[in-house]
Amino acid sequence: MAVSDDEAFIDVDKVEKVFDVRRRAGFLRRELRRVRAVDSLSFRVARGEMVGYIGPNGAGKSTTIKMLTGILTPSGGRLRVAGIDPSRERTRLAHRIGVVFGQRTTLWWDLPLIDSYRLMHRMYRIPDARYRENLDRLVHLLDLGALLDVPVRQLSLGQRMRGDVVAALLHDPEVLYLDEPTIGLDVISKARVREFLREVNAERGTTVLLTTHDLQDIERLCSRVMVIDRGRLMYDGPLAGLHEVGESERTLVVDLERELPPIEAEPARVVRVEGPRQWLAFPAGESAAALVARIAARYPLVDLSVREPDIESVIARMLHAPGDAAGLPQDRSEGVGS
Amino acid sequence: MAERGAVVEGVRAYRLIAVMWVRSSMTYRTSFAVTLLGNLMVTGLDFVGILLMFSQVDSLGGWSLYEVAFLYGLSATSFGLSDLALGSLEGLGGRMRDGSFDVLMVRPAPVLAQVGADRFALRRLGRITQGLVVLCWALVSVDVEWTAAKALLVPVMVISGAAIFCAVFVAGAAFQILAQDAAEVQNAFTYGGTTLLQYPPTVFGKDLVRGVTFMLPLAFVNWVPAAHVLGRPYPVGLPGWAAFASPAVALVCCASAGLAWRAGLRSYRSTGS
Repeated sequence: MAVSDDEAFIDVDKVEKVFDVRRRAGFLRRELRRVRAVDSLSFRVARGEMVGYIGPNGAGKSTTIKMLTGILTPSGGRLRVAGIDPSRERTRLAHRIGVVFGQRTTLWWDLPLIDSYRLMHRMYRIPDARYRENLDRLVHLLDLGALLDVPVRQLSLGQRMRGDVVAALLHDPEVLYLDEPTIGLDVISKARVREFLREVNAERGTTVLLTTHDLQDIERLCSRVMVIDRGRLMYDGPLAGLHEVGESERTLVVDLERELPPIEAEPARVVRVEGPRQWLAFPAGESAAALVARIAARYPLVDLSVREPDIESVIARMLHAPGDAAGLPQDRSEGVGS
Repeated sequence: MAERGAVVEGVRAYRLIAVMWVRSSMTYRTSFAVTLLGNLMVTGLDFVGILLMFSQVDSLGGWSLYEVAFLYGLSATSFGLSDLALGSLEGLGGRMRDGSFDVLMVRPAPVLAQVGADRFALRRLGRITQGLVVLCWALVSVDVEWTAAKALLVPVMVISGAAIFCAVFVAGAAFQILAQDAAEVQNAFTYGGTTLLQYPPTVFGKDLVRGVTFMLPLAFVNWVPAAHVLGRPYPVGLPGWAAFASPAVALVCCASAGLAWRAGLRSYRSTGS
């Protein structure tokens, strides 16, 4: 996506991260391997954008986020967030960013939830009025009011995640990084977190970059998605485009009144028949409504449901799509001798 | 100026986090009381060992019981102070392995202050208490003609010594970033160092004494200045003013450790996820 120079809030230019990995290769012998976790990665994110950052495990998602937050120092290339070089001015940047690590909490296990927020208040030097206003608003939006005096260890996973999201936003960060924000959450908690993030983005103009395994997170939240594989950016654009590139398919499950021969309805094709129930695959970019209308006009329909493709299969299809524009990903590790 | 700002920021963050840990530990009051008591007893037994030794001999390497107690008190108090302040750095490797170190890195406070204050535990006051008791006992018992300069050297030794041990903790932490399971190496220099300094330098080989004077200058925690106070020759050939060099040595140690920490942090690699 085209983002001009001056409006690029996150600016990643040919960034690399190389790890030297020592591996045991027999008695006292170590094999040194150079692993390119991120390879010449370039992208820009404008202020106020909501971007999904996805890819298989070990693709370099976390490494990218860690470089953007100043945790890791890039091996090469140029990286700026709000004009700041993260690894050089980590603490200055910290005031302007919020981070939620899905699997790690910033909250204090043995203390009431409110105590963690008071620490944030003082550590980030949030002005008193601002802190109270933000706390009231966030706690109300995420429905945590009754839990403020409960020790964090007694909270459920979903409650703790909501608690972490509040902690990350108390200081009004301009950009919010979310690493698997809905992992392990129940349906209601997921919906609440998503709705909340949309509101924060709309009201405060907070830039959001999230990694996820849940395609619905992307669908509900992100107008733009970036796919990374083996440290390289493989796709950058709208979600619909990802479906096209990957030729991913949704599945329409229809229950007919009785057993019938396979339904004929272009562009869908029947992939499975079981008694009166039939499974039809159709391109994810197509409207399900039009397809259903066509089938309903010609077949005796009793019930139906649509199944979304999951993110892994979409990515897998995209990465292995014939004539892949980005070319075949190269082997990212090279031996350097022992 | 920027350096000073970082120190002020660090102390502030340290205080904020230490208070949180103290409050956390107070949620388990009984456990806190028991560990504090246990800590006092274990460190107390440490000196009992030296007393037992002196029930069999009159001197150790030519040093009397009170003189050894003087060394012990100084070493234990200095180390106790540094252990209270930065002893948690020992757990840095674990923090890095489980990934929670990353959470500290995204906060607007110096990371060293945050890991230093991590799991801040008041039970460590036990060691300081015990060291001070032994030190006071030695001060009133030891046969020294006190002058103003010698009296002033005692608090200077304790504070410089604590600073030198702090530097060792920080340097060890920097090393842990590179080799994440190196907590034992760090322990060898911190706990090992304080135990070494509890005995007179005359019981050790010349090379070891030279090593802890010039390489890792632990000798300036107590051996060198204490030798001056007790009117004994320096453990190795040093000019007369060396007894007053401890603060300068501490400063150099802290500066070097700070640089090592900074270099270590830049090479931090984080975990896989």
